[in-house]
Amino acid sequence: MARRRGGRPSRGKKASAEKAAKTATPKEEAIEVEGTIVEPLPNAMFRVELTNGHRVLAHVSGKIRMNFIRILPGDRVLVELSPYDLTHGRITYRYK
Amino acid sequence: MVTLKSPREIDAMRRSGKITSSVLTELMKAVRPGISTGDLDAIAERGIRQAGGVPTFKGYNGFPASICVSIDDEVVHGIPGSRVLRDGELLSIDIGTTLDGYVSDSAATVPVGSVSEDARRLMRVTQECLTIGIQQMEPGKHLGDIGAAVQEHAERHGYGVVRELVGHGVGRAMHEDPQVPNYGEWGTGLELRAGLVLAIEPMITQASPKVRVLPDGWTVVTADGKLAAHFEHTIAVTENGPRILTLRDYAEDPATERYRPAREAIA
Repeated sequence: MARRRGGRPSRGKKASAEKAAKTATPKEEAIEVEGTIVEPLPNAMFRVELTNGHRVLAHVSGKIRMNFIRILPGDRVLVELSPYDLTHGRITYRYK
Repeated sequence: MVTLKSPREIDAMRRSGKITSSVLTELMKAVRPGISTGDLDAIAERGIRQAGGVPTFKGYNGFPASICVSIDDEVVHGIPGSRVLRDGELLSIDIGTTLDGYVSDSAATVPVGSVSEDARRLMRVTQECLTIGIQQMEPGKHLGDIGAAVQEHAERHGYGVVRELVGHGVGRAMHEDPQVPNYGEWGTGLELRAGLVLAIEPMITQASPKVRVLPDGWTVVTADGKLAAHFEHTIAVTENGPRILTLRDYAEDPATERYRPAREAIA
């Protein structure tokens, strides 16, 4: 008997849900800083060294995942930091 | 979680597979115009139970029968009932047995009476897809090689590869990890190792690979109403290559409708 294909829900759908939530509740301004990828970690997380010398844990934003952008150690990226927790960030852009 | 099976477990699965394969052979021989799909189900359940096994499908997620019967545009998971087979139809039979806790799963597509040349070709290519997929099951190859091999062969003939349904790991449960798609890219995915047992089951359509599920919640049909075929074996990866655990005593070539004795693979 064939198995129904399961797995992760479609990324497109998830991203649009995220977007809807964002427009519904305006968030606090995030801090944008540049950084360099130090090492890749499991679960699509990365250690990023920021230009100010701090090292933060950053995950890849849904938007960047949708486009299958590969992020490798050494890449320069734009990181959004939450004003509440400055050790965690979200990678929103990878410079070419 | 992907589990590897010991040689002893694989032998136990082969014992289960022998029941599956012999009952499937019996069913393939019983197929003729005038017999109902419910009759085939009864033969299957009796055959499995007489051999000491339990029909795996019965009650699986609420499935009401021991076999799946899928006619013409039905791809898989058709429910047996009062429908009477007619000359020229294309019938896929899918069957599973549990013996001593180990599952085996196998399927084949057979002609009812005489079928069109197109239908024969679809059956032949689908069976070739299964064979080619099985040939990829060497230690060190990858899961993606199986899908890629099947997909290339099917699409070379202009056929469609169903995406919504996949093969699967087999063991103590019918559906174990990993999922085994019939499409993929060479060299990608899980590396195959001795002890991995998979059900490879190409579901091939005549044209578009799109499918939908009928309101009964089970039967999968092609969206364009064209024919589909389905072959499946439960196979173990061993150091010596693939070992088909549901190999039938008679090699069945639906295109010729002849049954000829087959050599047992590494027994």
